[in-house]
Amino acid sequence: MSKAKEVVELEEVVIRFSGDSGDGMQLTGTLFSTTSALVGNDFSTFPDYPSEIRAPQGTVGGVSGFQVHFGHSKIFTPGDFSDVLIAMNPAALKANRKWMKPGSIVIVDSDSFDEKGITKAGYTEDPIVKEKLDKFNVIKAPISTLTKEAVKEMGIDAKTGMRSKNMFALGMVYWLYNRPLKHTEEFFQTKFKKKPDVIEANKRVLKAGYNYAYTMEAMTPSYTVSPAEIDKGTYRNINGNQATAWGLLAAAEKAKLKLFVGSYPITPATVILEELAARKDLGVKSFQAEDEIAGICTTIGASFAGLMGVTSTSGPGLALKSEAIGLAVMAELPIVIVNVQRGGPSTGLPTKTEQSDLFQALYGRNGESPVVVLAASTPTNCFDHAFMAAKIALEHMTPVILLTDGFIANGTQPWKVPSMKDYPDIKTMIVSKDEEDYQPYARDVETLARLWALPGMKGKEHRIGGLEKDFIKGSVSHDPLNHQKMTDVRDEKVERVVNMIPDLEVTGDKEGDLLVVGWGGTFGHLHTAVKEMQNEGKKLSLAHFNYIRPLPANTKEVFSRFKKIIVCELNLGQFANYLRMKQSDFKYEQFNKVQGLPFTATELKDEFKKYL
Amino acid sequence: MTEQNTKLTFKDFKSDQEVRWCPGCGDHIVLNSVQRAMAELGRKKEDFALISGIGCSSRFPYYMDTYGFHGIHGRAAAIASGVKVANPQLSVWEVTGDGDALAIGGNHFIHLIRRNIDINLLLFNNQIYGLTKGQYSPTSKKGTTTKTSPFGTIETPFNPGELAIGAQGKFFARTMDNNVKLSTEVFVEAAKHDGTSVVEILQNCVIFNDGIYNEINAKEVREERQIILKHGAPMIFGKERDKGLILDGLKLKVVRIGEDGITEDDILIHKANENNPGIAMMLANMRWPNYPVALGVIRSVNAPTYDMAMESQISKIQAEAKIKNVDDLLHSGNTWEV
Repeated sequence: MSKAKEVVELEEVVIRFSGDSGDGMQLTGTLFSTTSALVGNDFSTFPDYPSEIRAPQGTVGGVSGFQVHFGHSKIFTPGDFSDVLIAMNPAALKANRKWMKPGSIVIVDSDSFDEKGITKAGYTEDPIVKEKLDKFNVIKAPISTLTKEAVKEMGIDAKTGMRSKNMFALGMVYWLYNRPLKHTEEFFQTKFKKKPDVIEANKRVLKAGYNYAYTMEAMTPSYTVSPAEIDKGTYRNINGNQATAWGLLAAAEKAKLKLFVGSYPITPATVILEELAARKDLGVKSFQAEDEIAGICTTIGASFAGLMGVTSTSGPGLALKSEAIGLAVMAELPIVIVNVQRGGPSTGLPTKTEQSDLFQALYGRNGESPVVVLAASTPTNCFDHAFMAAKIALEHMTPVILLTDGFIANGTQPWKVPSMKDYPDIKTMIVSKDEEDYQPYARDVETLARLWALPGMKGKEHRIGGLEKDFIKGSVSHDPLNHQKMTDVRDEKVERVVNMIPDLEVTGDKEGDLLVVGWGGTFGHLHTAVKEMQNEGKKLSLAHFNYIRPLPANTKEVFSRFKKIIVCELNLGQFANYLRMKQSDFKYEQFNKVQGLPFTATELKDEFKKYL
Repeated sequence: MTEQNTKLTFKDFKSDQEVRWCPGCGDHIVLNSVQRAMAELGRKKEDFALISGIGCSSRFPYYMDTYGFHGIHGRAAAIASGVKVANPQLSVWEVTGDGDALAIGGNHFIHLIRRNIDINLLLFNNQIYGLTKGQYSPTSKKGTTTKTSPFGTIETPFNPGELAIGAQGKFFARTMDNNVKLSTEVFVEAAKHDGTSVVEILQNCVIFNDGIYNEINAKEVREERQIILKHGAPMIFGKERDKGLILDGLKLKVVRIGEDGITEDDILIHKANENNPGIAMMLANMRWPNYPVALGVIRSVNAPTYDMAMESQISKIQAEAKIKNVDDLLHSGNTWEV
């Protein structure tokens, strides 16, 4: 089988796996990412799927994609355009045509490009001709036929056999990028432990795809991407939702509290509840509530009783929780509300990403109802920001909203596994048993956090609730001046969180022509665009916010050193408007996008050029 | 004698807050009964947590010197669920009304009952919205004229007992606000029962719905029009204790002992612990004038509770767990060395 192999070394590659939502593209992409991680590449992924579980087969609306960007150097985004597109049917080609780099490789399952498939995708003629694909390296592989062929001797039914056809495509890509098959084969062994037929079929088809690519002449040369130069240590693959859940667990451990999660399933936040529900081994009490409101209300109840209370949701769910967040503000209980933002308003684009819940998080409640608002900016730093959200809540006795989004929640990155000894302690406000004369609203002089007495503690019986409270005793008070005082102190308490949060960092020079400002999940794209332009000699820098309320103490100082400021976000300008209010000395340009998609580094660079 | 063993009296449960319900409101007497029941239970004061929603009755926790949480409208069941699941050692009581529990909080009400979380739910039913000054509620009789139904309501009311049992309720009791003895007994029974205990308190709103229960609770008629059920005792009622209930085919029937050959032996014996909800449902649905209204513990069936199931699931999994802390978790599954 020896065949002289021409191998070309590459810095980085973007591959997009694309097919029907039932074709297993998410799994195929995940397996490719895992193997790439295990051979030492850095990577970033972007699952892009429809909200229907099985949308009509063969239609553009039903196309599910998984993009993976891997490389020899640090990778910050899943990439704008693909070097390789795997299109399992004509619809997948149609949906992704505009995301292909010139000269890229397109692998299509030619069996699906029959008249029926072409018509379903909404083409009137063969798209390979119509889409002018002659500029690309199109590989027409009869994937369906060859898959059938590969499992023929096994005597399994055709349907079971055809389920493995995604593995044929994966095998081809493995050959193309010189990846080993063994990690994927090991995955089959664990995943289908009780179904030896399925293990065998998948192995055969994967191998068949690999061999097919090897045998055919069209796919030479093959490529390698050398391991990235990254810090030594233990690594794992993690997505933003999992990292969020684990960061919350880490906080509970540091606070020596049990974690309670009260949530209702909602895309794209559900995985947080699933991850926490699986952690009974760490004593998690998970409560799948009857609705979003019960999700947060059980959380508030658990917090009143002394657990670390968490609720997770996405935009529409946050709307339903509004009144109860106000209750937590009034009762001054430490809960964490995770909002994984998606396209809105209303049901909007459930599986797509957006940053349009910022105002809802900051202001979406009745009355003067201040909460701390944080935003994670990468899949892996969801861990740290979930940890910080809980630390702030518990040490300052306030609800904290952590914003993530569909892009970082579903996106994966390799993550250097941290050690819990490197994380700070969390000192809760739980009152000492010996404390006499407990007053429920007596406060710490520094932070203004009130003391937390838990039901079951002798001699500290007290009543709290949604009615305005007396400044010290916590009993109901309708006194006008007391209301003023309480409103002020709740606000001041949130503002004082500024004393524990890190300064705003600047990527690049501390002064220059243009400061690019972003927040949350757009970090990877903004960072890539800014870095690339810095390398071209442009005088621009990036200031990316993880702390929204309060803003870092040095915000004004950072802003003052740049001639122009442009705020980039996936909404119509909510953070820009917030800055106009909070940092009114500056003029803010805006770059906004609401397409349910992340920015591309290309479009960002094009925009920044206008200001330089 | 240590303080812990000192028997508490109802006075120990009074808070320093001025009770601000209307003079003559049924809630005053219920407060008194709850304080008596809690003293009788012999538990430590700090182990009680009272959780309420919004409405007149939901001010209740402020008047009790226990842990208390006055929540938001309709959500007391959810808040109480969180408290109990967080700390199953507590004696958790939900105080709610017909609007709070059955209108805005209907969803939480049925799901609390379905899960069978060990919470004692006191449902103050005055068939009216009091705190918003007199609009009809989900328990107002059809045709009731109120500010929002000036021509009479056109909707059918809920019967809380029927709803609770229909939601797989294992404990349902009913009492009258002014019957301190019965209320105290029923509250003690509810607290002793493991699981969600729903107690409907027929409560008079002296301002907006005064006298709504007079037809069954006026002194001169109450013995004829109420039947106080006791587990293991025959279902007999009436001033002369001469009336009883029998099963006639698939229906309950009121009979007179000594007439048509009926003797006391023919009268149904109340079995609150009957698992089949059929008879309990019929008893809960009895309405004057066809039937006396049933008071006392109508249904009390043992079943596993959610809070205990949660505890036992956690300890079972922890006993066999490989992951003991977050560091273990971070290194679990697929990892690789660089």
